[in-house]
Amino acid sequence: MGAKRTDFIATVIIDLIVAAVVGILAFLLAYILISGLPHVSWSFLTGTTDAFSGAGGIGVQLFNSFYLLVLTMLISIPISLGAGIYLAEYAKDNWRTSLIRSAIEVLSSLPSVVVGLFGFLLFVVKFKIGFSVISGAIALTFFNLPLLTRNIEESLSAVPRNQREAGLSLGLSKWKTEIGIILPVALPGIVTGIVLSAGRVFGEAAALIYTAGQSAPVTNFSDWNPMDPASPLNPFRPAETLAVHIWKVNTEGLASNAAQLSAAASAVLIIAVLLFNLGARVLGNFLYRRVTASK
Amino acid sequence: MLKQYSFEKTAVQTFPDNVSLAMRTENLQVFYGANHAMHDADLGFPKNQITALIGASGSGKSTYLRSLNRMNDNIATVTGKIWYHGVDINEPNVNIYEIRRHIGMVFQRPNPFAKSIRENIVYALKANGFKGKAELEGRVETSLKGAALWDEVKDSLDKSALALSGGQQQRLCIARSIAMEPDVLLLDEPCSALDPISTVKVEETLLELQKKYSIIIVTHNMQQAARVSSQCAFFHLGHVMEYTPTATMFSNPQIPVTQDYISGSFG
Ligand SMILES: Nc1ncnc2c1ncn2[C@@H]1O[C@H](COP(=O)(O)OP(=O)(O)O)[C@@H](O)[C@H]1O
Ligand SMILES: [Mg+2]
Repeated sequence: MGAKRTDFIATVIIDLIVAAVVGILAFLLAYILISGLPHVSWSFLTGTTDAFSGAGGIGVQLFNSFYLLVLTMLISIPISLGAGIYLAEYAKDNWRTSLIRSAIEVLSSLPSVVVGLFGFLLFVVKFKIGFSVISGAIALTFFNLPLLTRNIEESLSAVPRNQREAGLSLGLSKWKTEIGIILPVALPGIVTGIVLSAGRVFGEAAALIYTAGQSAPVTNFSDWNPMDPASPLNPFRPAETLAVHIWKVNTEGLASNAAQLSAAASAVLIIAVLLFNLGARVLGNFLYRRVTASK
Repeated sequence: MLKQYSFEKTAVQTFPDNVSLAMRTENLQVFYGANHAMHDADLGFPKNQITALIGASGSGKSTYLRSLNRMNDNIATVTGKIWYHGVDINEPNVNIYEIRRHIGMVFQRPNPFAKSIRENIVYALKANGFKGKAELEGRVETSLKGAALWDEVKDSLDKSALALSGGQQQRLCIARSIAMEPDVLLLDEPCSALDPISTVKVEETLLELQKKYSIIIVTHNMQQAARVSSQCAFFHLGHVMEYTPTATMFSNPQIPVTQDYISGSFG
């Protein structure tokens, strides 16, 4: 068999595999959207759920998902930024660094249901925080951290060495060089990574079932004092998210239209996640043009 | 096969007391771990002149140059003395950030920041506490003029520095260094990534700049050394073999190894 022929066959096979992957994805998306979207309405998006049957709108769950996402990011971005900068710029090549790296590897491969159970035992039960937004946010932070840290480290390491030398040779400290020169160049990549991981966090269910809980108490959306028990911002209230809601409606839902409800909620979830992915690209490109001053 | 030359037989000039030196090294040695990359370099650099460091690649020119503003900190072990304004700046307790503001450096590959042209110049100034919009603007203009780049970029100071040509980027890097108003400027093969026309521009710039700054330039282009420098040091395998006025080095090299290098038998 000639090299040309081998090459041709290989190309065809690869093309077929790619087509299959794209096809499956397109089918999945189309199926979810077509079966769900007709049932999505304004009252569905903003309405409240009947606690007993699971019927009704997803307004509170939608809010919970975003709130949990924001809290998770507030906790995990500063930590992973510190860890990423440390690993990319300061860590020496020794056993301690490789231990840290292996720990990150392991953390990133923990099944999310295990992380959820751990969060349940530690925060919910042991620390008596109960099912709450904050317990959920900490559990999500556990598997968000390794991804973000690695993304930040890689984005920083991709910035050419000679940029660092330029900063140092002008009498800037290493830290100042890092923050003022290297970080802005790496920022588009970092932000893209953050937004992509936001999409994952937004769709996570397993880790939240036992931490943020499965109930969405109706909150008072005119009370924005995080200390009030009825406030939607109270981090110590249980908060069923959209993804958990879908799981719950499907397993325990008593509503007569449970199938439609979960299809509609799935469509909303998918659209949100797609928006995160799209947003990651747009924001990354925009930031790149901004920081490099290229129009 | 490389001919063996004696490292004992060197011809390194020293300067009489009436020549004022911008800086001077005494017994400078550099080690990369076990690799002894620079032996006993004793060189003085006269003020407001251009000194060229030449030699084959791997002979230790960059190693030596980078020691002068402590860019080898955390990379190599540097022993010996580096005299600058009567102070040995190779001491561990000197403020290296301060030193680097006085001894600027331009690298082989142009490395402008991924920022606007203006920001490339003012960023380090601002970080070092230099204030005042008008004064910063003034520095932008004078340094770009000093690097002979002003006329080409004065209408596009807010454009990305990455959009400039390689030659313009390198002159921007020179401008960025001189904006700090250093007194010594170190350049490590600044033209090796540039085309001939850009090279001529950079060389003209350097000849102009020596009125204000003392310049040390590494080059492995002998024509360039001959065109711009007043004296020339020849490096070979981590040793400074010969240091003489440039005219002498190219017309009448003092020792065989320099002769062979200049006539092109190796390197
Ligand atoms: N960062 C470094 N780490 C280890 N060895 C180095 C490093 N930089 C240079 N060397 C070694 O030092 C010697 C001199 O290199 P260099 O100073 O770069 O030469 P030149 O600039 O004259 O081409 C070479 O043997 C090179 O391998
Ligand atoms: Mg070199």
